[in-house]
Amino acid sequence: MKTELSDRLWDVAIVGGGNAALCAAIEASEAGATVLLLESAPKPYRGGNSRHTRNFRCMHRAPLSKLTEAYSEEEYFDDLLRVTKGHTDEALARLTIHESESCLPWMEDHGIRFQPSLTGTLSLSRTNAFFLGGGKSLVNAYYNTIEDLGVTVAYNAAVTDIAIKDNHFESLQVKIEDSSVRIQAKSVVLASGGFQADLDWLARAWGPAARNFLIRGTPYNKGVVLKCMLDQGAVSVGDPTQCHAVAIDGRAPKYDGGIVTRLDCVPFSVVVNENGDRFYDEGEDVWPKRYAIWGRLVAAQPNQVAYSIIDSKSAELFMPSVYPPITADSIEALAEELGLPVTTLTRTIETFNAACPQHLESFHPTTLDGLATSSIEPAKTNWARPICEPPYYAYSLRPGVTFTYLGLKVDESARATSEKGRYDNVWAAGEIMAGSILGQGYLAGFGMTIGTVFGRIAGREAARHVC
Amino acid sequence: MCAEKTEPTIKDTINGAIEEAHRQVQICNACRYCEGYCAVFPAINRQRSFSNSDISQLANLCHNCRGCYYACQYSEPHEFNVNLPRALAEVRAQNWQTFMRPRALATGFQQHGVLLALLFIVGLMLMLFAASYFRNIGDGSGFYAVLSHSLMVSIFAPAFILPLIVTGFGLRAYWRAVGGQRISVSHLASALKPVANLENLSGGQGQGCNFEREERYTNSRRWLHQACMYGFLLCFASTVSGTLMHYLFASPAPYPLLSVPKLLGIPGGLLLTVGCAGLAWLKTKADASLGAASLWGAEMAFVLLLGATGATGLLLYAATGTGLMPLLLAVHLGSVLTFFLTMPYTKMTHAFFRFAALIRDAQIKQENA
Repeated sequence: MKTELSDRLWDVAIVGGGNAALCAAIEASEAGATVLLLESAPKPYRGGNSRHTRNFRCMHRAPLSKLTEAYSEEEYFDDLLRVTKGHTDEALARLTIHESESCLPWMEDHGIRFQPSLTGTLSLSRTNAFFLGGGKSLVNAYYNTIEDLGVTVAYNAAVTDIAIKDNHFESLQVKIEDSSVRIQAKSVVLASGGFQADLDWLARAWGPAARNFLIRGTPYNKGVVLKCMLDQGAVSVGDPTQCHAVAIDGRAPKYDGGIVTRLDCVPFSVVVNENGDRFYDEGEDVWPKRYAIWGRLVAAQPNQVAYSIIDSKSAELFMPSVYPPITADSIEALAEELGLPVTTLTRTIETFNAACPQHLESFHPTTLDGLATSSIEPAKTNWARPICEPPYYAYSLRPGVTFTYLGLKVDESARATSEKGRYDNVWAAGEIMAGSILGQGYLAGFGMTIGTVFGRIAGREAARHVC
Repeated sequence: MCAEKTEPTIKDTINGAIEEAHRQVQICNACRYCEGYCAVFPAINRQRSFSNSDISQLANLCHNCRGCYYACQYSEPHEFNVNLPRALAEVRAQNWQTFMRPRALATGFQQHGVLLALLFIVGLMLMLFAASYFRNIGDGSGFYAVLSHSLMVSIFAPAFILPLIVTGFGLRAYWRAVGGQRISVSHLASALKPVANLENLSGGQGQGCNFEREERYTNSRRWLHQACMYGFLLCFASTVSGTLMHYLFASPAPYPLLSVPKLLGIPGGLLLTVGCAGLAWLKTKADASLGAASLWGAEMAFVLLLGATGATGLLLYAATGTGLMPLLLAVHLGSVLTFFLTMPYTKMTHAFFRFAALIRDAQIKQENA
């Protein structure tokens, strides 16, 4: 296998094995190029963070596939502006949005199947097309497609170095199992994701607290390729210190916990840190608009941990979680179960309860009901009901990192750039360049859109360069 | 220090299977990515917590299409180790072994394919013995010259009716466990549709299931199973029509080619033979670790036996008037006898339990609507 890979000059080498890499491989191969795809993970973990995704945010002027109604370019762009607070490259963003409409039928033509919006996600049925079976099933379908196209795939193939001379890519150094081989290709597409699985890098960027973060996705996104390019003078985009982190169940695995570790109970709860003190308004807004900030909030607490406490009347108001809650019949017993200071927690809950409104009839779990506490700091501005009906339940919270923002700057043809100008033959797609477009915040299903649009462009352009 | 090792009892195994399914279903309910594949996931998503009976119902609703396994981000080597097709297959197996009485027979035949083969040999010997012992003292011509009609009826009527009664009791136990209600015509209609088109092996969109080609979809298993099922029903209808003709119209076998029993039986036999042969072949290609691995042998023995009932029936027809007929008649009747006698204890039970589960699913959907 190894000599088969290194004994020839490939038209296009693709670094990475997730959605963007696969889209690039399909386009390059269909354009007639010989393609080698290098996936650093073993086969069961192929696909990077795409394995954990579930939908694709798609512009459409009329109902399309499983998508209802319409989602215009302007509305889509406004949604993006709102979450990024303007941290986006408008030309690239509009290109992504505009191209997304033609991507959906292209995806269906290449083996992807969509399903109606999942139970509990009705709000997304207009904007996001859900993959039947989720992201891993999308990844499987694309691997089948590239296998049929004759693309060569190498698993456990980690790129360790990229040889670039005078803005011209020459070869890759790749560690495959125990040996290191040199792969030569006429052009290269870099689609190897961000660096969020490298805890040392996260700790350097964010601070030592980052070592306590959980990584929601693949452990294989260590940013080796990104670092290698930056060290050689590639122009970067995105805040190097930032990552997208949400509050997830503190009992989740260190890596790869994915969707099931999310917790939607915060708005109905009181959240305390390990000292037993509240630290933020749990009812500031509906959860889909707030869960992203709770990653940072928890990250700022001692030991990066917090506890969300509810009572029996709220137990069924949110999506079931994969871990059962910690349960007790009194707040004192719950504090002991959680290892929290009993007196502080009891006082916190009593103070909170006393500040809750008397009349709770207007409680409404899915809209801002205005049930607010009075005269406590921080206030809880919606859904403030006393925690008083046993049994009591608690979930631990920790920051879970989804992705990082630092990436390579690209132009509208997905070509990467060094300080000396555009590279002759280096393209980038997916999370490694997404910071250009999503410079801040998060928009559900948009990462897959960026990956699909730019993966396709990069594959086409890389093939056009050589064919 | 060294604790005495004890073999897990049947009860331990049952509890183990149900517990494991509970664990996995909780993960599925927090994920929900597989909602569009089959009836199981919408059924999971309707609930927050699950009793053992709920798990039984989910297990019997599952058709083992395996779509969810290959789509699962939590399958091995992930530490969550989700393999729902297997977990539910294990529960199903335990269900069939506990609801059907006597349990010893159910457990024996479900777990040991060789028992079915042995019984087949016994059935065959019995038929051969009957054929030679009662030869020429019969009351008819053709088959009945070999084995008289009254003798056939006296063997097969109880061999058919008793297992049906046992199955009925087993189903009743299941129905009570899953909280089944009075069955209405609309429940039956909702349940018959997915039986007729086997939509739970369609992958949700007609692309098929992930059986013999891993993460690639194919419809082979769905079509072969339909061949089997419709073939079986045609053969059964053929037998019924023959019985009616015998008693109501005093028209005993053999029947000509252009007669109801033959027009039903020949295509039925062909479909059954091809369907079973195909299913057995697919079974050798598929990953056994996505089903109840301990049942593999018994399931294979059952598929082959069922196929044999069709194939020997066809051969018997082809051998009409030749010297091979008496031997083939014994082989055919031996396979049919074995099939019916063991019906409550073989893979055949899946037909009854799955139909019950589909009816119950229709009821739950209606209750939730």
